[in-house]
Amino acid sequence: MLKKIFVWFLLAVLGIALYASFGRAPFGENRVGPTDNPATVSAFYLKNSAEKLQTANSVTAIVVNFRGFDTLGEVTVLFLAATGLASILYRKEDEDEEGEHLPVRINLPASSIVRTGAKILFPLILLLGIYIFVHGHLTPGGGFQGGSVIATGFLLMFITYRRFGTNHKVMVWLESLSGLAFVLTGLYGLIKYGSFLQNTPDVGHLNDLVSGGLIPLIYIFIGIKVSTELTNVLDTLMNIKPKKR
Amino acid sequence: MKEFQEIFLRYHALLQAAVYGSAVLLILIGLYAVLMKKHLVKIVIGLSIIESGVNLLFVAVGYISNHTAPIFSPGYEHAADKMVDPVPQALVLTAIVIGFATTALALSLVIRLYRHHKTANIEQLKSLRW
Amino acid sequence: MTTFILFLVVMGIILIAAALYAVIQKDLLYAVLATGVVSLVLSVFFYLLQAPDVAITEAAIGIALTTIIFIITIRNTTRDEDIYSEDLINRFKNKKDA
Repeated sequence: MLKKIFVWFLLAVLGIALYASFGRAPFGENRVGPTDNPATVSAFYLKNSAEKLQTANSVTAIVVNFRGFDTLGEVTVLFLAATGLASILYRKEDEDEEGEHLPVRINLPASSIVRTGAKILFPLILLLGIYIFVHGHLTPGGGFQGGSVIATGFLLMFITYRRFGTNHKVMVWLESLSGLAFVLTGLYGLIKYGSFLQNTPDVGHLNDLVSGGLIPLIYIFIGIKVSTELTNVLDTLMNIKPKKR
Repeated sequence: MKEFQEIFLRYHALLQAAVYGSAVLLILIGLYAVLMKKHLVKIVIGLSIIESGVNLLFVAVGYISNHTAPIFSPGYEHAADKMVDPVPQALVLTAIVIGFATTALALSLVIRLYRHHKTANIEQLKSLRW
Repeated sequence: MTTFILFLVVMGIILIAAALYAVIQKDLLYAVLATGVVSLVLSVFFYLLQAPDVAITEAAIGIALTTIIFIITIRNTTRDEDIYSEDLINRFKNKKDA
């Protein structure tokens, strides 16, 4: 009873404090300022994304180029979470009694409509995911979005078919190699141009497919890495052997 | 154009309450679930709702009225003055992916705890206390 | 412009209602689906606030992937919030059989 009163009081105080503290930042006010003479960081990024980097999507330019080191940190966090999840759920072979060696994921096969539809949709979903991360610098999208869409396509196949499995070794190698390629691209910038993840001086024209220097290349590596990583996470989770009751 | 401005100014308080208020309410609802509920999966659901609320608050701060998305499509190459703030969007992109990684790791811990202690109630996990 | 304001207010109400349902409901499968609805409505909200990158990310990650890992966890633990451990499940199963 005392805990309930305390929790309600805490929530009320927190709610009032949070809502009132945004009174100083009214909704819809222009806090960016003019982009000809940039006075804020946002105006500087907007101006240089079109002029210096010739990239159409300025959020991509910020994530990959201006703040590229934070993206390296994010890729590391995702990698640590996937590795931690696989190692926490690891089960030794002799801890389980004699179970069948086929992972029992679902008990009944899916109906024939679902099976046919999944077979048709799976290559289309893969194509959509690859389109999203290849065109990340021209339209809204990028490596993380495209990787998640590809992982959702693999999830559809895992749910529909009992014996669908991915080659675990190939996925692990692809993930490690693309992560390594991302770091090597940064080191290439360091060796050739002076600072880590520095872009090439020749960046092409705005709205071309090949524009923005190293930005589409980095996003392709991130897209491959995120898609194989999330597929591995789903594969680990769906292959938890059920307990014998 | 001018009547849009005056409509926006008239309903400005309602808009601010709608967007900021729903973000703050999401944070409060998630916090209630984390503090008061006993089942482990319910606590992780609350955590996921708190993260959604915080991301919404971030993007709502970066909105500028009557401006458009920060993408230089063909034909809009010199429209940089009429674009929304791109920096909070870049932050929220990273935050959503990291929130998903946190939720996945927390759920794997829940599965492991259930496997070991045979219960999913936090008040019965007594062997974790000092 | 008034449709914009109407959209925002209605989306806000659906968001809060789905979040309340997710926290209050005792059957965990329904609560997880309500969390998916929160992500869906949030993705539309992000689009209305002129942030298409964030909308695609939230839609791809929050709706499909978060829901499926929650469902796999519910399958490996208990489905009901009040029947939370192995001996409670066995007690109810024996009571039903006997």
